[in-house]
Amino acid sequence: MDATLSFDEALEKYDPVLGFEVHVELNTKTKMFSSAPNVFGDEPNTNVNEVDLGMPGVLPTVNKKAVESSIKIGLALNCKIAESCTFARKHYFYPDTPKNFQTSQYEDPIAYDGYLDVELSDGTIFRVEIERAHMEEDAGKLTHMGGATGRIQGADFSLVDYNRAGVPLVEIVTKPIEGAGARAPELAKAYVAAVREIVKNLGVSDARMERGNVRCDANVSLRPYGRETFGTRSETKNVNSLRAVEHAVNYEIRRHAAVLDSGAAIVQETRHWHEDTRSTTSGRPKSDADDYRYFPEPDLVPVVATPEWVESLRAELPEPPAERRKRLQKDWGYSDLEFRDVVNAGLMDEIGDTVAAGASAAAARKWWMGEIARRAKLADVDPAALGVTPAVVVELESLIASGKINDKLAREVLDGVLAGEGTPTEVVDKRGLAVVSDDGALQAAIDQALATQPGVAEKIRGGKIQAVGAIVGGVMKVTKGQADAGRVRELILKTLGVDG
Amino acid sequence: MTELIKHSAAALAAKLAAREVSAVELTQAHLDRIAAVDGGERGIHAFLHVNTAEALAVAADVDERRARGEELHELAGVPIAVKDLIVTVGQPTTAGSKILEGWHSPYDATVVKKLRAARMPILGKTNLDEFAMGSSTEHSAYGPTRNPWDLDRIPGGSGGGSAAAVASFEAPLALGTDTGGSIRQPGAVTGTVGVKPTYGGVSRYGAIAMASSLDQIGPVSRTVLDSALLHEVIGGHDPFDSTSLTDPATGLVAAARLGNVKGMKIGVVKELGGEGYQAGVEARFADSLEMLRSAGAEIVEVSCPNFDYALGAYYLIMPSEASSNLAKFDGVRYGLRVLPEDGPMTIERVMGSTRAAGFGDEVKRRIILGTYALSAGYYDAYYGSAQKVRTLIQRDFDAAFAQVDVLISPTAPTTAFKLGEKLDDPLAMYLNDVATIPANMAGVPGLSLPSGLADEDGLPAGIQLLAPVRQDARLYRVGAVLETMLEQSWGGPILAKAPALAELAKTTEAK
Amino acid sequence: MAAINRDDVAHLAQLAHIEMTDDELDRMAGELAVIVDSVKSISEVAGNDVPATSHPIPLSNVLREDVVGHVLTADQALSGAPDAQNGRFRVPAILEED
Repeated sequence: MDATLSFDEALEKYDPVLGFEVHVELNTKTKMFSSAPNVFGDEPNTNVNEVDLGMPGVLPTVNKKAVESSIKIGLALNCKIAESCTFARKHYFYPDTPKNFQTSQYEDPIAYDGYLDVELSDGTIFRVEIERAHMEEDAGKLTHMGGATGRIQGADFSLVDYNRAGVPLVEIVTKPIEGAGARAPELAKAYVAAVREIVKNLGVSDARMERGNVRCDANVSLRPYGRETFGTRSETKNVNSLRAVEHAVNYEIRRHAAVLDSGAAIVQETRHWHEDTRSTTSGRPKSDADDYRYFPEPDLVPVVATPEWVESLRAELPEPPAERRKRLQKDWGYSDLEFRDVVNAGLMDEIGDTVAAGASAAAARKWWMGEIARRAKLADVDPAALGVTPAVVVELESLIASGKINDKLAREVLDGVLAGEGTPTEVVDKRGLAVVSDDGALQAAIDQALATQPGVAEKIRGGKIQAVGAIVGGVMKVTKGQADAGRVRELILKTLGVDG
Repeated sequence: MTELIKHSAAALAAKLAAREVSAVELTQAHLDRIAAVDGGERGIHAFLHVNTAEALAVAADVDERRARGEELHELAGVPIAVKDLIVTVGQPTTAGSKILEGWHSPYDATVVKKLRAARMPILGKTNLDEFAMGSSTEHSAYGPTRNPWDLDRIPGGSGGGSAAAVASFEAPLALGTDTGGSIRQPGAVTGTVGVKPTYGGVSRYGAIAMASSLDQIGPVSRTVLDSALLHEVIGGHDPFDSTSLTDPATGLVAAARLGNVKGMKIGVVKELGGEGYQAGVEARFADSLEMLRSAGAEIVEVSCPNFDYALGAYYLIMPSEASSNLAKFDGVRYGLRVLPEDGPMTIERVMGSTRAAGFGDEVKRRIILGTYALSAGYYDAYYGSAQKVRTLIQRDFDAAFAQVDVLISPTAPTTAFKLGEKLDDPLAMYLNDVATIPANMAGVPGLSLPSGLADEDGLPAGIQLLAPVRQDARLYRVGAVLETMLEQSWGGPILAKAPALAELAKTTEAK
Repeated sequence: MAAINRDDVAHLAQLAHIEMTDDELDRMAGELAVIVDSVKSISEVAGNDVPATSHPIPLSNVLREDVVGHVLTADQALSGAPDAQNGRFRVPAILEED
């Protein structure tokens, strides 16, 4: 692994400059340039036609919905929309690229000169300038076979599935981001989260990072404080979770600092992010990377965004996320601190979905910020990626409300759900986790507990009702937690003839 | 040879409609002719694949439908040959290249769908310069096609196969593609008719692209009317081609039948003649002008000064686009894959060996030239400049068409040259297209028809008509008049003057 | 404008993924030099005020509705593949073994 400085030391010496290229896969029904379906997860090479495979003789056709989604993204990023824009061919030979060129945009992107205000964890707003957002197509998927690791290095051969080839992409490119200082990693994460939030809110992308719907290339360079010119940058490719974006930027800052400290020069190159080691390695540069031979796509004609068209799309834009946040905080009745914690945890959408599915705002927050977040941390994944659906939370809550299970059992039920044992109700059944609600069984346990702690019983009789907790605890122990604590308390007080 | 196959497509269509002949008989007659003259050591070699079973099945279906009294397309049952650059389900499509040897397309080109909809039996796939790159058909990976007028001469290119098939009565009609003259120049040197429609007038979907902004599919035939008939079958809007025009392909047959040039102004392009043009070609051109004048047209000279740069600009734009369009042939998804003989076995090297083995010299030359013209640091000087020249050529056309209704020139500077004569001199080969290229650069339609035989070699020369974009009908109107007058002067079709081809014994198997 | 030389051709052949022998490179360099020489004047013909034409007939906003059209089966997709495995195209290793 490369040498690194500590983050603090790196920041003491150098001023980081960031830049991001975020690729957003659009959730159109069909591909960017063909009418084959845009569907994730199907059998290999079943969502392709001759266009996606780059067969001889084929021609592209532009998906109108994809253009409209791109314009919406541009508008949401406060960009200007090009009056007229064209497509261009970007050439590089790679087996996941059926034509050995990518149809993209070059000189005249559909959207340009925008900005995005990103809220950091302490509530400060950092403005990120957007250089451009352009339309292009995704590549197919390579699976590397043989060798020890399943990675490209050492593979014996690779298999290609072109289902993803031609899926519409919007690439959002920032201008160089200066002045983030020590908050660079945090800003990186917050920026990508904000873009993800915007495209999800627009409804133009499923925005699931774990599926690669939103992918980030992070550029990092360092320069001594006070210097105007930028240092040489590295581009870390395909950093595909919010946490990874933060870590990758952190790592690259530390690596660059160590290289510069040693007196060596940074090599301008692509880097690959490795989640397991939380580090980057040098990507082998593609041999054509220096010369993409862009030229205007002769098989396509310009897209002209008339003011009427743009305005009709603007009218369709949903409430912007920042405004939405204000509204949701109010609707959910969270305190500023509670709400910021939710936003910082990136769980607003999950909570929103859970509330929409029928849970109370308090319950939704309790689960996502509590047990689900805790388990996600243990598993080292984003909470959203853990596999808990809003429906699961709603079902857990209704099981609690009906008295079938208590909070403690609910946590065990959640474990069961995550272990793939089925829905919460199924887990309850399979594991036999129902709360003991048979008063007869409880009474026996209560009598036993009172008998073993006569002093406590006396205190309660004497009016020290809070002492009842000790007896409840004893009962819960005997029933292995499967009793309804509320009912146990009621029965104890009744047994002792005390008014709760 | 049965006299039946000497008829025009229009005449054959009439015979089918009158039930004087069945579609099966007609198709079989052409298949017999192919079997008789196409193969063997000195055969025409116009066909790379003969589609016997399917063609006869389509013909039988037409006969059955006609017997039932079903209303059929005018050309239903009239067989046709298809240039092997156009993809067809059920037959191989090679583009004349080793890299696609044996490849079968899983989809039909739009024009092929239209042929099928009109129920025209497809006789087979015709030979061409590899990926349509050439002017002689000698760059085919499957051997050259011979000119029926002189078997030692080239049939033109890239569509030499389609032109020779029609000239040798192997097919009454054929489809060609024209990027810089590949329909018109073979027409000129084989004594046949060929039309490059307005860019976007015929869908390119399924024509393997050479230069996307220049390519156009068009008809190949023996008469002007036949081209108009075929043009109306294949033309019209196609949502699969984003550069396809929305204009319907109508009025072309009517224009060919109208045949009247009285009061029309016809412009002789000063720059398309003189130095480099063979005397016999120029003499026949002058004869044609005289005929048009006598038919009531006014002949004026116009100057298109930027046409002088058309060839140079073309040889930047065409290879640039071709280098990009041919990148997909890499041995991954279809076609040839060649493994490197030594060294590491990576996909990058497999692509390199595949393309080295699969492409011929001319294709490689153009890919390298195009890669150069598009590469960083050269784009503005080469591709960018050439696109500006294109604007200048368009302006020349605009200025010319402000003065005249159609333009006229020889189609090609020379008659057919000998096989092998220019094979080692790419620049000399490129000069064959000097008169046809401006039309592709500007997207205007062009038609070539025979103007007669050059005195010095007795070989056919061609005359080219050019019209403003979307005015393809004018070509047919003027072409039909000229054709009628010329045929009157010759006492019949020019192909009647072509030497008879030796027929192989009937027992020879069709390919 | 610089003339094209053998090294240029070698670089271009690499960009274009066409392996060439030394003989081919020599020959190609000679031929291309002649061709490039004959077309280089083009860069001086048109002034800066002349716009480039990339389409012979200007069209705009030719757009397709987002409706699923025809799809190939995996068998059709793979029917011409030089090599395939488990419904996917198979290609040799992408990187050299280290």
